[in-house]
Amino acid sequence: MNHAAVVPASHGEHPETATGLNTWKLGFWVLLGSETLFFGSLIATYMTYKGESVVGPYPHEILNIPLTSISTFVLLMSSLMMVLALAAVQRGDRKGTLVWLMATALLGSLFLGFQSYEFTHFYHAGLTLETNLFGSTFFVLTGFHGAHVTVGVIWLLVLWAMALRGRLTQADALKVEIAGLYWHFVDIVWIVIFTLIYLIQ
Amino acid sequence: MDSHVRASAGHELQHEAHAHPGPKTYVMVALVLSIITALEVAVFYIPALSPVLVPILLILSAGKFILVVAFYMHLKFDSRLFSGVFVAPLVLAMLVVISLIILFKVLPLYRNV
Repeated sequence: MNHAAVVPASHGEHPETATGLNTWKLGFWVLLGSETLFFGSLIATYMTYKGESVVGPYPHEILNIPLTSISTFVLLMSSLMMVLALAAVQRGDRKGTLVWLMATALLGSLFLGFQSYEFTHFYHAGLTLETNLFGSTFFVLTGFHGAHVTVGVIWLLVLWAMALRGRLTQADALKVEIAGLYWHFVDIVWIVIFTLIYLIQ
Repeated sequence: MDSHVRASAGHELQHEAHAHPGPKTYVMVALVLSIITALEVAVFYIPALSPVLVPILLILSAGKFILVVAFYMHLKFDSRLFSGVFVAPLVLAMLVVISLIILFKVLPLYRNV
């Protein structure tokens, strides 16, 4: 039997796996699975060394909950902008795609601004990568998360430029969907970080 | 024959998938996420809740996590294979974290008694 004739058509030009699911999407979920293990190891390291610092500054002295609550809200809202961008590209709404993609990138940049402010404040308060175990594990974990957000913002701006040039149409919705999966992943990682590091001190 | 079986499996996985929700659902989810975040911060500042702070925060955080994954990442609507590919390493990562907490934080308490 002709396999190609049986399996339903997938998104755009991307081929399907033997499961009938899109190759790119399935592959990206596998990547997100490996990223989960990566962040899991960083969180495990933080939790293992929690409360083991012998010199300050300690978490309760330095973490700014009101500020981080605002940045958490900003990242959550960026996730909303991202799904609205996906919904816009899926219905062929070019203007909506441009607006929501840019809104997501701007909120992501705002989150990075909050993080830069926080890191600078911690540095001036005497907390660096080398100060104590809290500093080492905190900066590595949140730094890697910030790097992921930065990659996401660049990715979104590339998609926005493609949409501006008319190269991101309804047929390319999968490109936005995969970028969205990445963006929501950095959001859920932050949900865990906000609870385990900032709120459970 | 083999290709026929694989194609049938493909059909089944495809048919499990449902249409993604619309903007109205996305906004509703964002509203719930905002309320849960506000609750998390409020709970943090209520001294009377400090004995049960950790379980409350873990439950609220898990709720936010599930909402984003189910609705924004569409795992509630997409093929179960995507869920399996993501949830399996997630469970493994959680086991690593829990094991290390038991090894380095819980067991030493019993050794010192």
